[in-house]
Amino acid sequence: MTQFIFRRLLLLVPVLFGIVLVTFVIVRSIPGDPCIAMLGERATQAKCEDFRERYGLNDNIGVQFVRYISTLATGDLQDSISQSRPVIEYLSERLPMTLEITVSAMLVATGAGLVLGLVSALYRNTLIDVGAMGLANVGVSMPVFWLGLMLAYFFAIILKGTPFQLPPGTRLSAGVSIAPLAETWGWAEEPTGWLGFAYALLSNSVVFNSLITGNVEVLIDALRHLIVPALALGTIPLAIIARMTRSSLLDVLGQDYVRTARAKGLIERLVIFRHALRNALIPIVTVIGLQMGGLLSGAVLTETVFSLPGVGTAITTAIFARDYPVVQGFTLSVALIYVIVNLVVDVSYTFLDPRIRLDA
Amino acid sequence: MTTSTASTPLLNAEPITEHRSPATEALRRLLKHRSAQAGLFLIGALILVAIFADLIAPYGFREVFRDGKRFEAPCVHLLGCDPAETEHLFGLDGNSRDLFSRVVYGSRLSLMIGLVTNIGAILVGALIGAVAGFAGGWWDTVLMRSMDVLMAFPSLLLAIAIVSALGPGLINALLAIAVVSIPVYARLVRASVLSVKDLEYVQASRALGASPIRLLFTRILPNAVTPVLVQGTLGIATAILDAAALSFLGLGAEKPTPEWGLMLGEERARALSNPHLLIFPGLAIMITVLAFNLLGDGLRDALDPRLKR
Repeated sequence: MTQFIFRRLLLLVPVLFGIVLVTFVIVRSIPGDPCIAMLGERATQAKCEDFRERYGLNDNIGVQFVRYISTLATGDLQDSISQSRPVIEYLSERLPMTLEITVSAMLVATGAGLVLGLVSALYRNTLIDVGAMGLANVGVSMPVFWLGLMLAYFFAIILKGTPFQLPPGTRLSAGVSIAPLAETWGWAEEPTGWLGFAYALLSNSVVFNSLITGNVEVLIDALRHLIVPALALGTIPLAIIARMTRSSLLDVLGQDYVRTARAKGLIERLVIFRHALRNALIPIVTVIGLQMGGLLSGAVLTETVFSLPGVGTAITTAIFARDYPVVQGFTLSVALIYVIVNLVVDVSYTFLDPRIRLDA
Repeated sequence: MTTSTASTPLLNAEPITEHRSPATEALRRLLKHRSAQAGLFLIGALILVAIFADLIAPYGFREVFRDGKRFEAPCVHLLGCDPAETEHLFGLDGNSRDLFSRVVYGSRLSLMIGLVTNIGAILVGALIGAVAGFAGGWWDTVLMRSMDVLMAFPSLLLAIAIVSALGPGLINALLAIAVVSIPVYARLVRASVLSVKDLEYVQASRALGASPIRLLFTRILPNAVTPVLVQGTLGIATAILDAAALSFLGLGAEKPTPEWGLMLGEERARALSNPHLLIFPGLAIMITVLAFNLLGDGLRDALDPRLKR
C-alpha cells in the first residue's frame, strides 16, 4: 500500500515538471509589458529598466526558468509584482474561498446526486425515473455562469420577503467580518513558514474560522452566502453523479449475488445498502473524482458571477495586470490540487474494492 | 412469445430476411433510440435556424432601435402586448437591439464553434494517438506524458491561460478550446490502436507487404471511429459551453458579435433588474448543448454492440 502510494507520487514528478514548464511558457508569452501594465503612464525608459532588473526580466528565458524552478523547489512562489508581497501570502487569502465553494458544491452534488440516482434506479422506467434523468440531462447542459445568474435572480428577487431569500453574491454581508484566529485567541504573533501558510488558510476560511471560534452570527451569514454559488457550481456534477449512480446500481442489481441475497430472504433495504450500493460505488467514486477538475474550472466562473474573492478571480485579474508570478503560482497550485485529488481517488478504490490489485 | 409457439420456438423464430451491415444496424438502433431522436430533432431544428437566420430574424443583429428603450421587456402581440408597439419577442438589449434576432444569428456561431474546434482537435489528437500507439517506445512516452500534463489542468483554466497568451478574440478562443480537447482524442485513438495492432489480420496485412501508413489508415484507424464519434458529439457540447464561458469572461468573441456567451457577459450586471436579457441567450446555449449531449448518449448506446438487445 505505502509502496503503491510512493510509486504514484514518484510518477507525479514528471507531470508536475511539465505543469511548471507549460505555465511558465504560457505566462511568458502573454503579450504586453509587465512594467507598463504595472506603472502605467509613469513608465519611463529608466524606470522600466530598473523594474525589469529588479524582477530579473532581462535575463535569458532559460535562466529565468532555472531560477524559477530552483526557488520553487524551496517552496517559494516568488513575489507578486502588482501586490508587492509573496504570492504564497496572497494565495492563502484567496484559496480558502475557492475551497469553500468547491467543497460545498461537491457536498451538494454528491448528496443529491446519490439520492436522485438511487431513487431513479429503484423506480426504473417509471415516471420518477424518466423525470429525474430528464432533469439530469438538462443539468449537465447548463452553463455554470448562466445558472448562477438565474439562481441569484430567483433567490434574491423572486423569493424576496420570504425566509428563503438569499444574497446574490459577495462573501459576507456588509458590516459582518471576522478576526484572524491569532487575534481571537490572543496569540502574541502569527506562525510563519509552512505552518504559517496552513494557519492562514484556516484562519482566512470564514466558515472554518467562525465554526471553530463558535461565532454563530458570522457562520450563518457565510453559509447563506455560500448556498447559491454552491448550487450553481454543484448542478453539473450532481447530474453526472446521479446518472452514474443509476446506471452503476442497475448494473449491480442484475448480478447473481444480489439475487442470492434476495433469495435468502434479506429485506430489500439491506440488499440495496449492504450488497448493491457498496459494489456500485467504485464507478461513482471515479466520477466524483473526475468532477473535481470541472469544479475547479467552474469555480473560476462562479467566483466571477458572484464577485467572490477566490483563486479564479485572482487569476483573471493577474492576467490583465501581467502579474506573472501570481498567474504561475496560482495556476500551479490549482493543478497540484487537481493532481492530488486524482491520486486520492485512485487510492480510494483499494478501500472500496479489495479485489483491485496495486501493481499498476 | 405465445403459448402455442412455445413448443417449437426454433421454427417460429424471426426469419432472417436480409443481411444488414454493422453500420446500417447501428443507424437503425440510433434512430430508434429515444434520446437520440430528441437530440437529432433539436440539432436539425438548430441547423435550420442557422441556415435561415436571415428569414427568421425580423431584424439585423446590429440594428439599433432609436425609438425603443434600452433593456425594454419582451413585447409579444399574441400575449396581449399593445399592437401599437413594435413587437420584440425577447425584448431589446442594452444597445436597443432586437434580442430575438441576435439569439437567432447566434446559432450560426455556436454550431460553427462546436464543429470547428472538435474537427481540429480530432485531427491533431488522432495523429498524436496514432503515432504514440503505432510507433511505441520513446514516441509513446513523450507524446502521452505531454498529454498527461495538458490533462493535469482544469480545462477551462488552461483555455483561459492560452487565450491570454494568444490575446483575446474568437479565433484564439477556438484555438485554445481545441488544444484543451486534444488529449481526450489522443488517448482514445491510442487505446484503439493498441488494442488491434498485434491482431492477426493486421499481421496478415503486414506480411502481404502493406506499408505502415497503409496499415495505419486502412486496417487500424477504422477501429477508432466509433469511440471518436461518440466523444466528438459530446465534445461539441463541451466546446460550446467552454466557448460561451470564455466569451462571458471577455476573452472570446468581441462586440458586436451575436455570441450567446458574450451576450450574457455584456448584460451580466442587469441580471437582477432585467432578467430577460439573460434568460434567452442562456436557454439557447442550454438547448444546443442538450441536443448534442442527447445525440452523444444515443450514439454511445447504438454503437456499443454489448448493449444490443
